Amino acid sequence: MKTSRNTQMAGTYRAALAPYSVWSFLFVLVPLIFIAYYAFTDNSFSFTTENITRFFTATSNMVQEDGSTREVRTYLLIFMRSLRLAVISTLVCLLMGYPIAYIMARAGEKAQKTMVTLIMIPMWMNFLIRTYAWMTILQDTGIINGILGKFGISPIHIIGTETAVIIGMVYDYFPYMVLPIYSILAKLDGKLLEAARDLGCGTLSVLRRVVFPLSLPGVISGMTMVLIPSISTFYISQKLGNGKFFLIGDAIEGQYVANNLHFAAAIAFILMLILLVGMTVMKYVTTRYVYGGE
Amino acid sequence: MKLSAKIYSAIIFGFLFAPILVLIVFSFNEAKSLSVFSGVSLKWYQELFRDKNTLEAVKNTLVLAASATAISTVMGTMAAVGINKLRSKWYRAAMNTVTDIPMSNPDIITGISLMLMFVFVGRLFGASTSLNFFTMLIAHITFCTPYVILQVLPKLQQMDKSLHEAAMDLGCTPMRAFLKVEIPEIMPGIITGAIMAFTLSLDDFVISYFTSGNGFETLPIRIYGMTKKTVTPKMYALATIIFLVTLSLLLISNFVDNEDQARLRQARKEKKGKKD
Repeated sequence: MKTSRNTQMAGTYRAALAPYSVWSFLFVLVPLIFIAYYAFTDNSFSFTTENITRFFTATSNMVQEDGSTREVRTYLLIFMRSLRLAVISTLVCLLMGYPIAYIMARAGEKAQKTMVTLIMIPMWMNFLIRTYAWMTILQDTGIINGILGKFGISPIHIIGTETAVIIGMVYDYFPYMVLPIYSILAKLDGKLLEAARDLGCGTLSVLRRVVFPLSLPGVISGMTMVLIPSISTFYISQKLGNGKFFLIGDAIEGQYVANNLHFAAAIAFILMLILLVGMTVMKYVTTRYVYGGE
Repeated sequence: MKLSAKIYSAIIFGFLFAPILVLIVFSFNEAKSLSVFSGVSLKWYQELFRDKNTLEAVKNTLVLAASATAISTVMGTMAAVGINKLRSKWYRAAMNTVTDIPMSNPDIITGISLMLMFVFVGRLFGASTSLNFFTMLIAHITFCTPYVILQVLPKLQQMDKSLHEAAMDLGCTPMRAFLKVEIPEIMPGIITGAIMAFTLSLDDFVISYFTSGNGFETLPIRIYGMTKKTVTPKMYALATIIFLVTLSLLLISNFVDNEDQARLRQARKEKKGKKD
């Protein structure tokens, strides 16, 4: 009796999963195949590798600071710039975020809860408007320069520079760095720190030899969670970079707007592939070195 | 907390809240400027409530978020129940992977991939514009459901399995046992998942941007359009309202979670008391 009931129930459980299985096949996997399909076809849907080659070979003239022009590989340059800005933003997030995650983890229970909520609140403000608010703060006639002017300091020019783009990225994705690190540090066994101190470690060397290595999984997940949206953003660079710093996301969006769907797909395909390879390498390195090859 | 830690926290939270503060303050600005404050007024809020297109976008956003939340909560909860009972290792691994994809892929890739498929299928049927409310709904359900699953699945795994058997021994049919035992037990996870789905849907811009069309405009898309031109404090007024609404949703979900944990602690205490 019980077995027949259980097999009957097993059928029900499978049926419960069925809609999601079908859904994720149709709307997660198949669309990814469509990226590859569009990337390797032309407008009449016959096979071509031209879109992919165009990414690596298209050239344009870039005006340099001294006014002369130089021929550059457009999309490789854009990709390297995206990578560089995303890496810098990730590192800035890490340097700024690690200490605050550590402070949060060491605070009292109530203070911890409040601080976690405070870190999360900015994420609930629409990110377009958050970014726009930075634009009004950083503008040449903006709030920062208004304050500087009151002290008789000449205005600084930030908007339209790479610095402004980095500030935007750091601001928008900062919580993604802090929260994973915090959740690992909060679970850290205090006895380990005591033991290290008893064995003669100073405060700094406890941090370096015990706390930091143990928090690496959080650091790595935080870095991934900042790097991926920063490398693919297209709004931040448009607003804070004054459109001067085209990023890979801008390139995809631009091709979409221009209705060059096949080339947009090719850029997306290459970006996806690079991220996939990057993530796999990172996963391999972490399991190998952080978890000691478990 | 040490003084240095306090100062550092103050700097970080100052950095995080400065733009939000600026935004809220300037939404009450009398003048049109977003950088010089000239006096308190509610005029931008009044203007906002007269702006038909924005109100329409608010309505669209809410309809879309509510529909996406309803469908993804039901489908996600069902999926979590199914995944929890999966015996086949590779099926479980496959489900984990597809659940992970929309969360770890950049939004722009998710958006582009869905858009390409919609456009392609639309062309097959000879439609000139294939993007509309339904393509957006599909996209939103696709990125919301994984978050529901991730909220519900742990609750199912934490559950005491003997409860279900006890209910059946006491005469419940399996279905009835499920409705009477499992559902109440995982309810907090379902609610948190639903709230997450709702706020994610409300706030999404990138995926919506690529999958919207045919005159169906949500708020983030409208905001994007507005920030392409010069922005007035009207948009800040709008942002302030959205912020307060999402903030209260966040606080409610926190509250539900706390209640849930308090209930768990209470239950554990009682269990312990009985053992003694």
